[in-house]
Amino acid sequence: MPTIHYILKDGSTRSVEAKPGASVMETAIHHNIRGIDAECGGSCSCATCHVYVDDAFLDKLVPPDEMEDELLDGTASERAPNSRLSCQITVTAALDGLIVRVPQRQV
Amino acid sequence: MDKPLVIVGASYAGVQLAAAARELGFDAPIVLLGDETHAPYQRPPLSKGLLSGKTAVDQLALRGPDFYTEQRIDLRLGVRATALDLAGRRVQLADGSHQDYGWLALATGARCRPLDVPGANLHGVHQLRTLGDALAVQQAVSGSSRATRACIVGGGFIGLEVAAALTAAGAQVTVVEGQTRLLARSFPQSMSDYVAAAHRQRRVALELGRGVEALLGDAAGHVASVLLDDGRLLACDLVVLGIGVLPNVELAEAAGIACAGGILVDACGRTSAPNVLAAGDVANMELPPTPHLPGGPARLRLESIQAANDGARAAASVLVGRPQPLTTVPWFWSEQHDLKLQMAGLPAHGDQTVLRGDMASDRFTLYYLRNGLVAAAHSVNRPAEHMLARKLIAVGAQIPADLVADPASDLKPFSIPRPRG
Repeated sequence: MPTIHYILKDGSTRSVEAKPGASVMETAIHHNIRGIDAECGGSCSCATCHVYVDDAFLDKLVPPDEMEDELLDGTASERAPNSRLSCQITVTAALDGLIVRVPQRQV
Repeated sequence: MDKPLVIVGASYAGVQLAAAARELGFDAPIVLLGDETHAPYQRPPLSKGLLSGKTAVDQLALRGPDFYTEQRIDLRLGVRATALDLAGRRVQLADGSHQDYGWLALATGARCRPLDVPGANLHGVHQLRTLGDALAVQQAVSGSSRATRACIVGGGFIGLEVAAALTAAGAQVTVVEGQTRLLARSFPQSMSDYVAAAHRQRRVALELGRGVEALLGDAAGHVASVLLDDGRLLACDLVVLGIGVLPNVELAEAAGIACAGGILVDACGRTSAPNVLAAGDVANMELPPTPHLPGGPARLRLESIQAANDGARAAASVLVGRPQPLTTVPWFWSEQHDLKLQMAGLPAHGDQTVLRGDMASDRFTLYYLRNGLVAAAHSVNRPAEHMLARKLIAVGAQIPADLVADPASDLKPFSIPRPRG
């Protein structure tokens, strides 16, 4: 199973096994990763599952659709070029080793 | 050892209260009682993705399996509380045992309002509240002998979401609504009309201003048609009821805790009884004062995840002796077909509506203003604007109506908090 590394607010890293097909947000909830709130349960409605994706993986991701792109403009922590909503990133074998950083604030 | 916090109800409010208590450093034992046998799960997909097949059951867990042990939360499923002894600080359980508490939190939620007509107990007549309910509806529209003609009684959010999901699952769907327009409790006429047109365009038939007289069955006792109050019969093989909910106040009421349209709580979730809190769908909560937006209700029983989570956080703050009243702008969302509806603030606070965008494009926001202050906003497929609107409402932004109405104008600068005089 692909491994995902979450860099938490305090700088520590949690590495977890992810189920292919699940989203990076769902994987975080399943493993109780602090700092990914996902208030809307993954329906791309709230921008509280914001993460910064490690540059090495950016071009392996399906780019954000219009809705996600708009929502990223409304995140609580500042949007960066590598900002994504983790509910919109589906885990695949190609994403093994993915590193995402949790922002300081989600709301 | 300290006496435990006992939470009755293991859905959003109950789980969030337990989690927030631990985050705030509450150290006593926590017992979380749930009367369902499923581990706490997400409810929004039940009327959306689960029915249309987009979401699987194993994606629904509210928290990971290790959460409860990691956080020292004693989750007990399939356990129903039957009575409260406030003087003795104990909860009576259905199996005859009891549980002592130091603090008690009631997160008993709500149940579906029953349809009081002949035939309401026929096979094929469903309600939608729990995972069990949703799985039964899902089963009814899958497989070889699946239902193909569905009648939804009630044109509220749940009814319309189910209508959309069942349409996506291949059924022919009719919604019967007693009021002359959809979502009349939440929306003004223009939004109701928009939603009605959107559903009709997407193959959902609507019967507005129509009551249901009876549900009629076939020889096998399965629902076969719905008798409307104008005498017409709607043939169907599936009925889903979505006519609102009733708060589960019985435990509280029997114990003498003040209830009126829910358990009455202050803005910190405190009930009329000492050491008893309440949160979630059952709580009729005092709202934070909004002197700049007069005319709204003083308290509300909001049925939303945001109200459950934020009410639970407020209640948890009481447990650690640092009461933090609820201050959040209320918000909730709905998904119907390809439409993402997002509601922020309380429309009752507004006295003027301003449309930003074009309804025909299915991308717009209807703003509610009072004296130029942003009071509420209802968005369709404008999630970023919804997020912005929540900020605008929270900071009490004052924006000229013509600027709001101009989709090209930038409203972001108005979301920066300004000092209040």
